[in-house]
Amino acid sequence: MNNRDVAVLGVGYTNFNSVTPEVNWKELMFEAAQKAYQDAGIDPRTDVDSFITCAEDFWEGFSIFDEFTPDQLGAALRPMHTVSGDGLQGLANAYMQIKTGLFDIVVVEAHSKISELLTYEDVVQLSFDPIYEAPLSKGVHPYYVGGLEMREYLEATGTTEEQCAAVVVQNKRNAFCNPLAEFEAQLEVDDVMNSRYAFDPLKALEIAPRADGAIVFVIAGGEIARSLTDRPVYVEGIGWCSESPWIGSRSSDAAYVKRAAQMAYRQAGIENPQLIDIVEVDDQFAFKALQHLEALGLARPGEAGYLMAEGAFGPQGQRAVNPSGGSLGCGHLMEASGLARALEGVLQLRGEAGPRQVEDALVGVAQSWRGLPHGTGAVAIFSRRE
Amino acid sequence: MKETVKPRGKPLSGEEMKQVCHVVARPQVKYAWAVGVAMSHFLAGLKQGKILGRTCVQCERILVPPRMFCERCYRTTDEWVELPGTGVIETFSISYIDTDANRIKEPIFVGVLAFDGAPPHSGIMHYFGEVSQDAIHIGMPVEPVWKPGGERVGAITDIKYFRPREGARPSSNSKRRKRG
Repeated sequence: MNNRDVAVLGVGYTNFNSVTPEVNWKELMFEAAQKAYQDAGIDPRTDVDSFITCAEDFWEGFSIFDEFTPDQLGAALRPMHTVSGDGLQGLANAYMQIKTGLFDIVVVEAHSKISELLTYEDVVQLSFDPIYEAPLSKGVHPYYVGGLEMREYLEATGTTEEQCAAVVVQNKRNAFCNPLAEFEAQLEVDDVMNSRYAFDPLKALEIAPRADGAIVFVIAGGEIARSLTDRPVYVEGIGWCSESPWIGSRSSDAAYVKRAAQMAYRQAGIENPQLIDIVEVDDQFAFKALQHLEALGLARPGEAGYLMAEGAFGPQGQRAVNPSGGSLGCGHLMEASGLARALEGVLQLRGEAGPRQVEDALVGVAQSWRGLPHGTGAVAIFSRRE
Repeated sequence: MKETVKPRGKPLSGEEMKQVCHVVARPQVKYAWAVGVAMSHFLAGLKQGKILGRTCVQCERILVPPRMFCERCYRTTDEWVELPGTGVIETFSISYIDTDANRIKEPIFVGVLAFDGAPPHSGIMHYFGEVSQDAIHIGMPVEPVWKPGGERVGAITDIKYFRPREGARPSSNSKRRKRG
């Protein structure tokens, strides 16, 4: 069944909010799942062959999170498993299940209820190597690693702080056209440049604020998707990759994205990534968006910042980058951030992106980074195959 | 004939372990979970001495603890109902061991009960009290023992435990092995 193609049959999502005290995580997931099944025109109790959630126990606050997911997805007494990773890694699992031919319709869910974690910094701290790195990080916010990476990236590529600030300006502006987004703002580069350093050279405004939300994708074999919908969006390729976790031997060029992109492009038969119309990259830190654009082959090393500052990646530019507003505009959705990037790709390729719709988009790429302190990323290619 | 192998060296003491093998850290993790729509109503009900459930008209169940969706039918549940609070024991265990694995003098009765008026296997887990090892049995009618109104905070522990129900005298379960 290797030649079987894989398509997105439906998507569902909640708004992205900084806090969601009105619902618990089950009710949040239920809202997104119900919408996805309606969008796909399926009944999860009879039509879905496998369910996948993406969650990390420490974000949730209780262990073996897998056990708390079936009810709200319609997955009780059905095959289901949890991926301790980003939503795009969950999507990769679904992709493979469908490729085997043993599964026809697979559901992928990812969410964030991160507002309920009161000691976020301490939990990020816990993801440092406990024997060597954690003792060196006591008493300092763990995002200092972002400052380390940014300085190295600026030095290696000649990118300027102003060019990084341009990412914040563009993404928070783009978010005005995305009704799901929580952190839209009208800023100028000077506003960002005059804001305070959090982890010099990284400024507080360049760090994506966290948000709650849930996203559900219904994935199906191509032949099934074509029979159920007249607007299938195909998953043409998907790759993922992890760097060594040692902070001291980290690449400055997001090698995790380069490798993941190679894998995805190979599957999708993409030789020239410049042909991609819609680009959604991870921008948990402003400089990361530039670094990731270069790792995806969408700009030469050191050029992404210049192109960003010139508006080449804006709504009127040569290629739309993060028309959703990215994590800087929508909020960082933890393990759901990758699916948020993919969601924008799907909505754009379906022509359902409303005021931010990019004309004639055929191919999109969504890229995720699982966040500090590690280097794990995933890349997915979508198309509407005109 | 088996060769006798003399053990060499000695096990490390706790002190020695600390010196060479371990890095000790205590994670600082705190959460504040939103209880959600269904459980907010349920917990507010407990504070008033009421046990509330949600109905699903499709599978005709009453869900306690309540949820806003039925996991069997995958649909939004329909209405709030108040249950009488009485029920029967569906299963139980008598715990003789505490969390530190010490023997407990007075064993703790934990179990699941089905509420009167709700179908089986939709009840709650709780403690049982005022009952002996010999008397407790599956099918025993029970009723809640509430904390006094002023002490209730909107938590499942607002019910102290369930006890055998007056007027519904339990039949003794002769099949169960007597404990010495």
